[in-house]
Amino acid sequence: MASEPGPRGAEIMFALREAKVEFVAALPDIWTSAGLLWPLSQNQDFRLIRVCKEDEGISVCAGLNLCDRRAVMMMQNTGFLDSINAIRAIAVEFGEPICMLVGLLQKEPDRPPNRSESYGVRIVEPILDAMGIDHICIEDSADVALLAPAIDRAYANSRPLVALIGRQVRP
Amino acid sequence: MMRRDDAIRTLARQRGDAIVFAVYNAAFDLRRVAPNPLNLYSAGAMGQASSQALGLALGMPERKIILLDGDGSLLMNLGSLVTIASVAPTNVVHFVCENGCYEANGAHPIPGRGRVSFAGMARGAGYPHVFEFDELDRFTAEVPRILLLAGPVFATLKLVPGDPSPLDYAYINSREIRREFKAALKAGGEGRSS
Repeated sequence: MASEPGPRGAEIMFALREAKVEFVAALPDIWTSAGLLWPLSQNQDFRLIRVCKEDEGISVCAGLNLCDRRAVMMMQNTGFLDSINAIRAIAVEFGEPICMLVGLLQKEPDRPPNRSESYGVRIVEPILDAMGIDHICIEDSADVALLAPAIDRAYANSRPLVALIGRQVRP
Repeated sequence: MMRRDDAIRTLARQRGDAIVFAVYNAAFDLRRVAPNPLNLYSAGAMGQASSQALGLALGMPERKIILLDGDGSLLMNLGSLVTIASVAPTNVVHFVCENGCYEANGAHPIPGRGRVSFAGMARGAGYPHVFEFDELDRFTAEVPRILLLAGPVFATLKLVPGDPSPLDYAYINSREIRREFKAALKAGGEGRSS
């Protein structure tokens, strides 16, 4: 795991296009900022909606899904933790296929998220498991292949998805 | 001061094929006095209706989205005023039903009751059109013009409750309501009668 560099932003954008994602709601996360969010902000294939707080983005994605438009929400693990109630209500209980890219800030490259020294990183997967939320972890380029099928699965089953970004995304 | 159910009747007469998304007691009143397949109801999930309305507006730019938000709800998601004004969807009309209290949770007063200006906050956030109404006659006269404006439009409705509506939380929080709403959209607005 440690020997591979992080995924490239272009690979993630390709996967989002493959999954027919048109809209991206986001707050900046230094893990994905240079490699993904800045390039995405200049890419005409996506409509970027910069929100003030992460739970807003969850809800914007839900509104888009009501009209059959696909979206993802990009945020940091801190924003995910702050948005738990919106995710609980809208994504889980209302059954909206909210897809989230969650940067695990300062996760060590040689450890899985649940063994991180960082408390804020270590608790994310157990919370997702407790909430019954499908999740994948993207550590390197090979893992990006998991993303489009996972998004398709979320929409097919009307269930949320969290794609954890375990390494800094490269431009 | 207007009664909420009267204000909703007034709005419903002018809505055309607009989507009306309402939370909490406004949702219960809307369902009672103006049922329509293009109504969407929710308990809001702690102020999230305004952000869901933004998603609807972005997904359906050809369709007017009328939001009946609550004052307590908006206080939980004030940043959405800035986001909506920044994205600037022309098809959003954002009403806030200001009753000054958390009516659904024991009628406790909201912070700043009687002092806070929601219209002032919307203006400061960048909404290009901002209104405030506390009389039904004036609201009735202005609604047609408000609904024709290129938004986002914001309007505070200073209200008191009207006749009581059935408080069917199980219904407005159900998955079915969202499935029915999606089906109504696909059918062009026909379908669910509640």
